[in-house]
Amino acid sequence: MLEPINVSLESLNLITLAPMLIAIAGGLIILIIDLLKDSLDKSLYVMLTVLILFIDFGAVLGLNVNERGFFDVMLIDGISIISQLMIIGGSMIFIPLALTSKRFHEYSYPEFFALFLFMVAGFQFMVATDNLILIFVGIETASLALYTLIALHNRSNSYEAAVKYFTMGALAAAFFAMGSAVVYALTGSIELYKVSEVLATRMNETGLMIAIFGSSVLLLVAFAFKLSLFPFHTWAPDVYEGASAPLAGYMSVVPKIAAFVVSIRIFGMYIDLGVEWVRWTILILAVLTMTLANIMALVQDDVKRMLAYSSISHAGFIMAALALDTTEGNTAIFLYYALFMFTNLGAFAMLWISRHKKRRFNQRFDHPYEKFAGFIHIMPIGAVIMGLFMLSLAGVPPFSVFWGKIYVMQAAVNAGYIWLAIVMGINSAISAYYYLKLIVYMFLKEPVKDVDTVYYNISKPLMAIIGFATLATVAAIFYVQPLVSYFYYMISASGY
Amino acid sequence: MDNILSVLVFFPAIAGLLGFVVDKESARAYGITVAAIEFFLSLWLWFSFDMSNAGMQFVELIPLIPDMGISYYLGADGISLFIILMTTLMTLIGMASMGETKNIKNMIVTLLFLEMTMVGVFVALDAILFYLFWELSLVPMLYIIGAWGGPKRIYASIKFFLYTFTGSLVMLVGMLFVAYIYHNLTGVWSFAITDWYALVLPVDYQLWLFAAFFVGFAIKVPMFPFHTWIPYAHGQAPTIGSVILAAVLLKMGTYGFIRFSLPMFPDASVMAITPIAVLSLIMIIYTAMIAYAQKDMKQVIAYSSVSHMGIIMLGLFAMNAEGLSGSVFQMLSHGIVSGALFMLVGMIYERRHTKLLSEFGGLAAVMPKFAIIFGVMLMASVGLPLTFGFVGEFLVLLGFYKVSPMMTILAGTSIILGAVYMLRVMKLAFFGPLDNEENKKLKDLNTRETWSLIPLVAIVIWLGVYPKPVLAPIDRSVKALLTFMDEKAITKEAKDMIRVAKSTKEAK
Repeated sequence: MLEPINVSLESLNLITLAPMLIAIAGGLIILIIDLLKDSLDKSLYVMLTVLILFIDFGAVLGLNVNERGFFDVMLIDGISIISQLMIIGGSMIFIPLALTSKRFHEYSYPEFFALFLFMVAGFQFMVATDNLILIFVGIETASLALYTLIALHNRSNSYEAAVKYFTMGALAAAFFAMGSAVVYALTGSIELYKVSEVLATRMNETGLMIAIFGSSVLLLVAFAFKLSLFPFHTWAPDVYEGASAPLAGYMSVVPKIAAFVVSIRIFGMYIDLGVEWVRWTILILAVLTMTLANIMALVQDDVKRMLAYSSISHAGFIMAALALDTTEGNTAIFLYYALFMFTNLGAFAMLWISRHKKRRFNQRFDHPYEKFAGFIHIMPIGAVIMGLFMLSLAGVPPFSVFWGKIYVMQAAVNAGYIWLAIVMGINSAISAYYYLKLIVYMFLKEPVKDVDTVYYNISKPLMAIIGFATLATVAAIFYVQPLVSYFYYMISASGY
Repeated sequence: MDNILSVLVFFPAIAGLLGFVVDKESARAYGITVAAIEFFLSLWLWFSFDMSNAGMQFVELIPLIPDMGISYYLGADGISLFIILMTTLMTLIGMASMGETKNIKNMIVTLLFLEMTMVGVFVALDAILFYLFWELSLVPMLYIIGAWGGPKRIYASIKFFLYTFTGSLVMLVGMLFVAYIYHNLTGVWSFAITDWYALVLPVDYQLWLFAAFFVGFAIKVPMFPFHTWIPYAHGQAPTIGSVILAAVLLKMGTYGFIRFSLPMFPDASVMAITPIAVLSLIMIIYTAMIAYAQKDMKQVIAYSSVSHMGIIMLGLFAMNAEGLSGSVFQMLSHGIVSGALFMLVGMIYERRHTKLLSEFGGLAAVMPKFAIIFGVMLMASVGLPLTFGFVGEFLVLLGFYKVSPMMTILAGTSIILGAVYMLRVMKLAFFGPLDNEENKKLKDLNTRETWSLIPLVAIVIWLGVYPKPVLAPIDRSVKALLTFMDEKAITKEAKDMIRVAKSTKEAK
C-alpha cells in the first residue's frame, strides 16, 4: 500500500509560481470578459494586458534570489529573474503596437491577448526552472501560443509561416525530448543540478563520451532551431515575413531570450564539465551564423527580410558570448538583448506604421526598399528615427547596440578569444552595408510614388512606443552602467 | 572657464538641434553665426592656454560606465590645440564660402553635428569616447557626400563609410585588448589614454596592437594601399564636403598616430619606421604622378592632398622633435591650404559647372583676384619659402634626414613634383589664350567669396613668415612626447633611435 505523501504548504514556496500564475489568470480574465460581453474594443484588452504584465513585473521584482519552490522544480536564481523581467518588459512594449489607426484582423479577437499572456507564462516557466520536463512544457506552451498568434494575421503567407514554424518547432521539440531522454538514461535525473553532479563523477568512464556527445548534440540541435542558428535558421526569414511586423520584432527578441537562458543552463553545464567540443561546436555555429546570415542579408530586397537575417546574425553574436562561459560572457548576453530589444522592436514598429492592407510597391513584398525611397522628404522625423535605429543596429556609437557589441567583444577578448572579437568586428562592418542601404534609400534617393501614404498606420500609442524606443536607443550611454552592474550582480549571484 | 572643452564639443551639437527650428531662409546666417561663436570660443581656448605647460590642460573627467572603465575624459595639449583651432576655422570659412543653395538648412545642421564630432575626436582622452566621435563623424559626412554630391555620389559615400568603418572596428578590437591588458595588470578597467600610457608592453604585443591601430588610422589618412576611397569621395563630394574632408577628417588619422600609436607602442613604432616610410614615399611620388595625369582640376587637388599627407606621415615617424613638430605643423598648413584650394575649385565650378582643365585657359585676365589667391595657395601647397607650407615640409625633411638621407632625398622630390603638377594647373587654367567664349563672361570673386578667402591668405603668409607662436607650443608638447617615448621604450634600438634624435637637437 502506498504511503500518503505529506507536503506542507510552506515547503512548496508557492510564491515562486506567482508570476506565471498572474499571467495565466490574466489570460483567463480576458477570456471571461469576452464571454460576458461581446464587441468590446481592442484598446480595452491591450490596456488590460499591459496592466497584468505590470503586476507580473512587480511579482518578479519581489522574488528573492536563489530560491527553489514547488517540489524544488522551480528555480528562482539571478538569471531567471532578469530574464523574466526582460521578457515581461519586451512584452509590455510589444502589446500596445496593436493600437494601430487601421484595423487588423488578429487584434479583433480577445483570444489574441489571452494567448499572448499564456505565451508569456510559458516563457517564464522556461527560464524559471532547471527541470528538463518543465522546460519542455514551457517551450511547448509558449510555442503553440506563438504559432497561433502568427496564423491570426490572416494572410496566406501567415498561414505558411505558422505551419512552417510549427513543423520546425515540432522537430525541435522532438530533438529536445530525445536529448533529455539520453540525459536521463545517463544520469537517472532530469534536474540539471543533479545531472551535472552525476556526470561529474562519471566523466572518466570509458565509452561514456559518446553518450554525452549524443545528448549534447540533440539538445544543441533543438536550441539551434529555437535560436535560428545556422544551419537550422532557414525557417526564420519566411516566418518573420509572414508574421505581422511587431510580432516579427517580438520573435526576434523575447523567445530568444528564453531560449538563451535555457542554453546557458544546459550548455554552460557541459562546458563546466570540461566537454570542450561543446564549446567549439557552439563557437563554430555562432561564427557561421553571424557570417552567413550577414551575407544573406546583403542580397535581400525586402527590409523585413533584411531585418530577419540581421537578427539571426545578432543571435550568432550572442551565441558566441554563450560559448565563452564566463560571468562576463553571460552578462553580455543579457546586456546585448536588453539594448537590442528597444532598437529592434523600434525598427519593426517603424515597418508596422508603414504597413498597408495591400502591397503597393511590389507584388512579392510588403516592405521593399523602394518603399522607403525619399522617406526624408515625406516624413523627416520618421526617417531620422529609422536612420538612428539602423545606425544603432550597425553598431555605431553611442547608440544602444554599440554598447552591447563592445561588451560582447570585450568579454571575448578577456576570455582569450581575440580572433572571435576580430570576426565580430568584421561582421559588424559587413552588416553596416545593408543597414546603410536602407539609410541611402531613405535619405539620398527620390520618392517613388504614393508619397502621402507611407505612414499609413500611425497612431498616438504607436508614436509613444517609437518615441520611447528612440530615447532608449539614443540615451543608452546613461543607463548602461546601472544595467551592467545589476546584470553582473544577479548573474554572479546565481553562479554563472 | 575650466570646462571650455565640453562647451566646444556640445555647443555646435546643441546649435544643430536648435537649427531644426530655424527658418530655411535664415539657416545660412544662423550657421555662420554659430560657427563664428564656436571659432571665438576656440580662440578663447588658445588665449587661456598655458603655453609653458606641455601636458594636458582643461582636463575634465566624469566616469560614465565605471564597470567598463569608460569615462567622459577630455583634455587638450599643444598638439590638439591648434588642430581644434583649424577645425573651427575651416568649418566657419567653409560655411561662409558655401555656394550650395539646395536644402541649405539640412546642410547647416549636418555641418554643425559634424563639427561636434570633429572637435570631439581631438579633445577625447578616453579611447571609447575617441572611438565614439570618430565613428559618429562618418554619418554626417556620408550624408553630405551622398545628398549633395555628383552623379556617383551614393557609391562614393558608401565606399567612404564602409572603408573607414571596417578599419576602425579592427582598431576597436585593439583598444579592447589594451584595456584587457590594463585590467590584468592593475585589476581596474580603464579606457583612459593617460592610464594606458603607463603600460609597458612586450614587443610582440606592441607589434600586434600597432598593426590593429594602424589599420584604423591608415585608412583614414589614407595611406597608400588604402587610399582608393579618397578619389571617389573628393570627386563626388560637394565643395564643402571636400574642404572638411581634406582639412579635418584626414587629420584624424595622423592625430590618432600621435595620440595612440607613438606613445603607447614606441618600440613597434621604431620598428615600423622603414615600412611606413616606404609606404609614405610611394604615397608622395606615386600620387603626385597621378595628380599630374588628371584632367579634372579637383582631382589634381585631391591627389596632391594625398601626396602631402605622405609628408605628414613621414614626419610622424622621424622620431625626433623636428620631424614631429614639422608634421603637426604640416597638418595645419595642409588643412588650410588644401581646404582653400578645394574652395577655389568649387567657386570656379559654380560659375562654369565643369572642372575639366581643358575647358579653361587665360582665366587670369578675367578673374584677377581669383588667380592671385589661387596662386598664393598653390605656392603654399608646393612649399615655397615664406609660405605656410614651407615650414612644415622643411622641418619634416630636416627631421627625417637624420633617419635616412636617401629616403629624404626621395621625399624631397615631392616639392619638385608638386611644383610640376601645380604649375601645370596654373598654366592650363590661368595663362595662355582666353579662347573659350564662355570663359570671357566669367565674373571675378564676389565680396563674400573674397572675404572668406582673405583670412586664409593672411594666415598662410603670417605663419609662413613667423611660425613661432604656433610652432613653440607644438614643439613643447612634441618634446614631452618624445621624452616619454624614450623613457618607455624597452628595446635598445628604439631607445637609440629616439635618443639620438634628441641629442642632436640638444647639440644644436
